[in-house]
Amino acid sequence: MNGLCVTNVTKNFGDVRALKNVSVEFQPNKIYGLLGRNGAGKTTLLNVITGRIFADSGKVTLNGEEVPENDKVLRNIFMMCEKSKYPDTMKVSDAMRWTREFYPGFDGEKAMALAERFQLNVKKKIKSLSTGYSSIFKLILALCVNVPYVFLDEPVLGLDANHRDLFYKTLLESYADNPATYVISTHLIEEISGIVEDVIIIRDGEIIRKETRESLLSHYYCVTGSASAVEGFITDKKVIGMDTLGGLKSAYIEGAPDRGVIPDGLEITQMDLQRLFIQLTNSKGA
Amino acid sequence: MNLSFDDERPIFIQLAEQLEDAILSGAFPEETQIPSTTEISVGFKINPATALKGINMLVDSGVVYKKRGVGMFVAAGAVKKLFEKRKQEFSDKYISTLITEAKRLNLTKEDIFSMIERGFGE
Repeated sequence: MNGLCVTNVTKNFGDVRALKNVSVEFQPNKIYGLLGRNGAGKTTLLNVITGRIFADSGKVTLNGEEVPENDKVLRNIFMMCEKSKYPDTMKVSDAMRWTREFYPGFDGEKAMALAERFQLNVKKKIKSLSTGYSSIFKLILALCVNVPYVFLDEPVLGLDANHRDLFYKTLLESYADNPATYVISTHLIEEISGIVEDVIIIRDGEIIRKETRESLLSHYYCVTGSASAVEGFITDKKVIGMDTLGGLKSAYIEGAPDRGVIPDGLEITQMDLQRLFIQLTNSKGA
Repeated sequence: MNLSFDDERPIFIQLAEQLEDAILSGAFPEETQIPSTTEISVGFKINPATALKGINMLVDSGVVYKKRGVGMFVAAGAVKKLFEKRKQEFSDKYISTLITEAKRLNLTKEDIFSMIERGFGE
């Protein structure tokens, strides 16, 4: 089996079921968006995949080989996460040198070039970096390790708009130069919507959607108009959510619109990824 | 080209339209190279697969063609082809939305005609 496969993984923390029988595959050389609300289980899933914590049941394999406690396989996987695993007193430049010990493909020259592009002072100690620069430091490592599977947990935390823009462009450049699988877990859905090819949505420890962004978006639409017209239109439709503003109503509908039979005064629009995400993960969602 | 997209339609279709606009405006002249998939992907901040899909729409309609090992080029006669295509789309894209909005505003055919005359007169 090619790719990174998570099969029937369950993980409990005490009474809390963080992951419930999760199965998902990551194919080679694809960019994924892993989306979920706070506490949905994104980081737990990433920690299980990268062998930082162990699943209670189920398994994680890379090209058929089990991942946990398998150094040979783990060298193919890199995870950037919120918590830094480097000693606080270590300098950025030293951390880059050490990264090469664990990931022999680490491109030191590119790392220095990116540090300059993002104006990261490599002589600084890691603990003295601001939130934004701490993210930038970890991002640079992630973009330079040259491994087939890179997981980015909240990669743009604390980055200003300019640096986020620069990061997305740098990511796409790196992806073009050296294709790999990138899994981006973020709350800034609008910003990554165009970048990701596939979307995985996790809710309360369960994967509720996994498909290409385009096909996911094509399965839903929004109808807007006067409340009574919208109410009439949706009687035989599967509605996943609604917004009301005075007498105006928007209904979010699962299915494809039949363009031929849209009553006058109603407007049909496609949903964007963020609006769809909100409807699918509202506590009383689909 | 404005290097950004709305949420109304699939990105690859909007990309194809923007590349067409650039060809029509002369920004990408006939028999010259258009930006690569990577350049488009980075410039628009979109997935390269989406960029390729958009470019392939232009390949399928004969507006751009592939020079093996070099890149994508604007075909000879592409501008004329696009003019014809856009003229055909004009009715769908502008006239039908114009009529829908006009009906909503209770504008008559005559009202619209006089507006059009005024518009052309300026």
